[in-house]
Amino acid sequence: MLVLEKNNITEEIEQLVRKHGKSRSSLLPILQDVQRKHKYIPDFAQQEIARLLDIHPVEVYSVISFYAFLNTKPKGRNIVRLCKTITCDLAGKDNVAKMIERELGIKFGETTKDNRITLEYVNCLGMCDQGPALLVNERVYSKVTPEKAIKILNEIK
Amino acid sequence: MKNKREGKVIFSPYERGDAVKKVVAISREDVLFELRESILKGRGGAGFPTATKWTLVSAAISDEKFVVCNADEGEPGTFKDRILLLEYPELIFDGMVVAGYTIGAKKGIVYLRGEYEYMLKSLEDYLGEMRKDNLLGENICGKIGFNFDITIRLGSGAYVCGEETALIESLEGNRGEARNRPPYPVNTGYLGKPTTVNNVETFAAVSHIITKGGSWFAKFGTDKSTGAKLFSVSGDCEKPGVYELPWGTTINELLEIVGAKNTKAVQVGGASGICIPKSQFNRKLGYEDAATGGSIIIFNESRNMLHILKNFMEFFVEESCGQCTPCRIGNVKLLEGIEMIENNNYTFSYLNHLKELGKTMQVASKCGLGQSSPNAFLSILENFKDEIFNNGGNNGK
Amino acid sequence: MESRSNFRTPVSQQAHVIEKPKDTSTIGGMVAIEINEKKVSVPFGTTILEACKMNGISVPTLCHHEDLCVAGVCRICVVEVEGMKTLQASCAFPITNPIKIKTSSPMVRKARRHVIDLLLSEHYGECYSCFRNGKCELQNLAKEYGVDNYTFGHVTKPRYEIDNSSYSVIRDMSKCILCKRCVRTCIDLQEVGVLEAVNRGHETKISTFLDKPLLDVICINCGQCINRCPTAALRANDPSDEIWAAIDDPTKHVVIQTAPSPRAAICEEFGMEPGHSLTKELNTALRRIGFDKVFDTNTTADLTIIEEGTELILRLYKAIVKKESVALPQFTSCSPGWVKFLEHYYPEYIDNLSSAKSPQQMFGALIKTFYAKKAGIDPENIVSVAVMPCSAKKFECNRPEMNSSGYKDVDYGLTTRELARMIKEAGINLPEMPKSDFDSPFGEASGAGLIFGATGGVMEAAIRTVYEFITGNKIEDAFEKAEVKPVRGFEGIRYVELPLGEKFGPVPDILKHFIPNWDWLKGVTLKVAVAHGTANAKKIMDDIKAGGKFSECHFIEFMACPGGCLGGGGQPIPTTPEIRKKRAEAIYAEDESLEIRKAHENPNVVKLYEEFLTDGPCGHISHKLLHTHYTKRGRYIA
Repeated sequence: MLVLEKNNITEEIEQLVRKHGKSRSSLLPILQDVQRKHKYIPDFAQQEIARLLDIHPVEVYSVISFYAFLNTKPKGRNIVRLCKTITCDLAGKDNVAKMIERELGIKFGETTKDNRITLEYVNCLGMCDQGPALLVNERVYSKVTPEKAIKILNEIK
Repeated sequence: MKNKREGKVIFSPYERGDAVKKVVAISREDVLFELRESILKGRGGAGFPTATKWTLVSAAISDEKFVVCNADEGEPGTFKDRILLLEYPELIFDGMVVAGYTIGAKKGIVYLRGEYEYMLKSLEDYLGEMRKDNLLGENICGKIGFNFDITIRLGSGAYVCGEETALIESLEGNRGEARNRPPYPVNTGYLGKPTTVNNVETFAAVSHIITKGGSWFAKFGTDKSTGAKLFSVSGDCEKPGVYELPWGTTINELLEIVGAKNTKAVQVGGASGICIPKSQFNRKLGYEDAATGGSIIIFNESRNMLHILKNFMEFFVEESCGQCTPCRIGNVKLLEGIEMIENNNYTFSYLNHLKELGKTMQVASKCGLGQSSPNAFLSILENFKDEIFNNGGNNGK
Repeated sequence: MESRSNFRTPVSQQAHVIEKPKDTSTIGGMVAIEINEKKVSVPFGTTILEACKMNGISVPTLCHHEDLCVAGVCRICVVEVEGMKTLQASCAFPITNPIKIKTSSPMVRKARRHVIDLLLSEHYGECYSCFRNGKCELQNLAKEYGVDNYTFGHVTKPRYEIDNSSYSVIRDMSKCILCKRCVRTCIDLQEVGVLEAVNRGHETKISTFLDKPLLDVICINCGQCINRCPTAALRANDPSDEIWAAIDDPTKHVVIQTAPSPRAAICEEFGMEPGHSLTKELNTALRRIGFDKVFDTNTTADLTIIEEGTELILRLYKAIVKKESVALPQFTSCSPGWVKFLEHYYPEYIDNLSSAKSPQQMFGALIKTFYAKKAGIDPENIVSVAVMPCSAKKFECNRPEMNSSGYKDVDYGLTTRELARMIKEAGINLPEMPKSDFDSPFGEASGAGLIFGATGGVMEAAIRTVYEFITGNKIEDAFEKAEVKPVRGFEGIRYVELPLGEKFGPVPDILKHFIPNWDWLKGVTLKVAVAHGTANAKKIMDDIKAGGKFSECHFIEFMACPGGCLGGGGQPIPTTPEIRKKRAEAIYAEDESLEIRKAHENPNVVKLYEEFLTDGPCGHISHKLLHTHYTKRGRYIA
């Protein structure tokens, strides 16, 4: 990593620590902000967060790895998550999944070559009355059919 | 928009601030009295009496206390909190202010599941309006010295954080791993301070109870399960959605209301609940019979129960926090057992071992997740053994 | 007891400490409970586990460890509490009201068997091919509970690759049962923070930062995690095969030095109670195994005191008389775990470390120079082995700085555990060995070098010498039986002030060329401190950084391991506060039995300065062979 990039990250983390407070309970909000901006939490950012909150880097890594929405490796610019829990499953999530995979040419858990979309499964999104449900970044779509899914995908930049 | 939903209790008429304005005029003891009268029990599913919880926190001696709203609604088949958060935020936030007043807390925290991030802005705007109306902030509604404010914290995709001590751990910046109990959060909660953690719907019920009285609330429902409950109904029915029904409603009645036909089974309480077969549809929903945090998933005759069970167990294998042995490894063993049945590669003696293991998990796991994850396994294998075992091994995927 | 306060571990892993009443005779001080239908009373706040122990009832444990905070995760210690729907983890349940407990009901026994069976189903490997065979807590429990048929299967392939990147600690996570003792050790006890649980659910594993090899993260090699691991998931990097090969090679001259702590603890590996030193029996055993010479590390511990003491006096002289800017307080540097801790976390204080090498490395340098010449052996053919209580010594002897003899000064660091295995392999029952003495020219050593093994020992040894150097009086005049009691004990941090008074003796000969007299020390009060366990070291360092009272100290002893070397990462397993206390008693008893108890009175050391280190302590020869420098490593992981 270039020195300049490192300095930028340090500055960014320092700012977030000021915003959320210098205590361990600020860890998740800080991680969420970094995740939102970079779509992942870079190694160096983890170490800077650890340094500024006076904890160990492995503790930061441990917390990140626990939560499904935080990750340490870069992902696509957009994350498309399909609910796989029971009612969405009964409502036909398999057909939606197949169509999405075919359309993007990738499997769930993978990222498109142009880095536009990462596909993931997710557990219950709380849209069980309107399944299958799809979460695109933080926006939720309900009653998704294979056709509707393609339309949604096409709108993603 | 408002009050278009049908219901005599939770969805009954209510204006923002009703409960707050009323509560500042009465004493803490009066609030606790009304709550005791109401016999309100926790709406998250565990059913702990709210009056008892608040009395304990209120009696705890500490310089700081916290009110935490558990909006980490993650139980499969549950979405009633989504409706409350989107359409009735006043009920939740007013209830939290009442809690703050009663236990003597200055700070309330809403732990909103990461999947609901899209609600964040509207909820924060709403809190801003409440501050403007002096329903939050300092000297609330003119009550000198009554200061209380609410912040919203997001989860990041972990079902187990719905368990109250795991939720507190998450708030403190840790892995969402449940704590040992005792001590209970009422004494040693967030940052080690006395904390009440209540479900979204519990706060909503409190707002109504304060406005309309505990005895009014207790008129609804049954003796042991007072009031009405929001049910999240999904699966095979014509009208899925959120329904307010009094406790004591039978499963049959509910199926009728939501337009369910050819129903084979009903999963009450989500993945961690129990699967009820047709022969028991006259059972009543309530803490004394079929207890639930509100999740009702309906399966019709065409559904493969083993497939459903597998979906549940996959869920638990992924969502177990992994700290305690019975839950971390036990769920995997149960899932493997289901796969053995699928592949017609099982012995009944091994399945019996797994059932015994399930019972151990129910008593030996550290938190509610591991204690309830075998429920579906045990109840589906018991109640649907004909379908699963007497089909000549046709359980293929 | 070592202090357990101020752990900043997640509350999920903290003990629910209920302060026990000081006077249990007050009302509510004792709680009347029933265990297995027997009525007993226990102090308010006692855990169920403690209550059972007090009443002679055994409850199995895995994640519980006396040195660590509560985890309550393995669920092996569950018991039935009347009126509660679920079983309760006895290690985590404080008794505050009259409860009725059943420790062996059918439900409890079934749950325990299930837990063992589940753990075994994922525990890779076969017991007979495991180095912990016979000493594995999981194996013992399986035997105790008759879990012998893998009800839920058994893994046949390792799940993870073994990480053997480190000189000191090898991690085989396929054998890990996720009790998190290592995590709690690394984070709470040591504040090193290399290990944590990552991922969740069935994917949970103990990992380093970003799964990097142990060599690449900030591990200080203290090995405390090894001492607390219930299975073989953690072990030291064992060089015994290479040592056997050297012994079997007739062209090699294999010498071994033994440190005091292994001698005070190795009895435990042979089924004896802790607290017996087998120094002289060990000498015989080592010769029978085939070591050509057996030397006493205490000799160079004495030498360390002379060098390090001189260095301290020089630093004080420069600071007080010459007004030069000198790094003070001076820190001890004989604990390689502590040295690496400082290099990572407080690199700006690297100049405070005494440049004197640890006794092991001084010995290494002398064996391949002084001894080689004296004995007429080509240093090329000398294989130098050090028996240490320590896993970090394995790293230390591999530091690139440690070749001042022109060769690798110490070839192998061997732990107490590994040596015990070698002795057993040779068919020797150590406690039955006849006694014999060390070999010359490093035979006799003083009690000062010996007590290096216990926390506070280096400080006490230094005080015995420096006090006599300066005041010209006998240390016995100031401290009865030369026991500097204020620096002894197991309190995590000790701080002592030692007024030097107004009357001084003549400057000893070996220091004469540095300083003319002691007058400049008039009215000075020597301030010293002792810390053991790097969590305590961190507290002192943070205080120094903030300009607190420890920044006024002159000399601070730091030991990476709780209890000092006797609690080192290479010592017999298990370790508890009680066991460490016994080992310390053995060491102090041996010290008391010796005639020579001060480093500067060790005749071998005196001779060494006369014959070999002719320009005295901190002179040119000494600097070349006995002193070293350190590396600013910093806290970032590449």
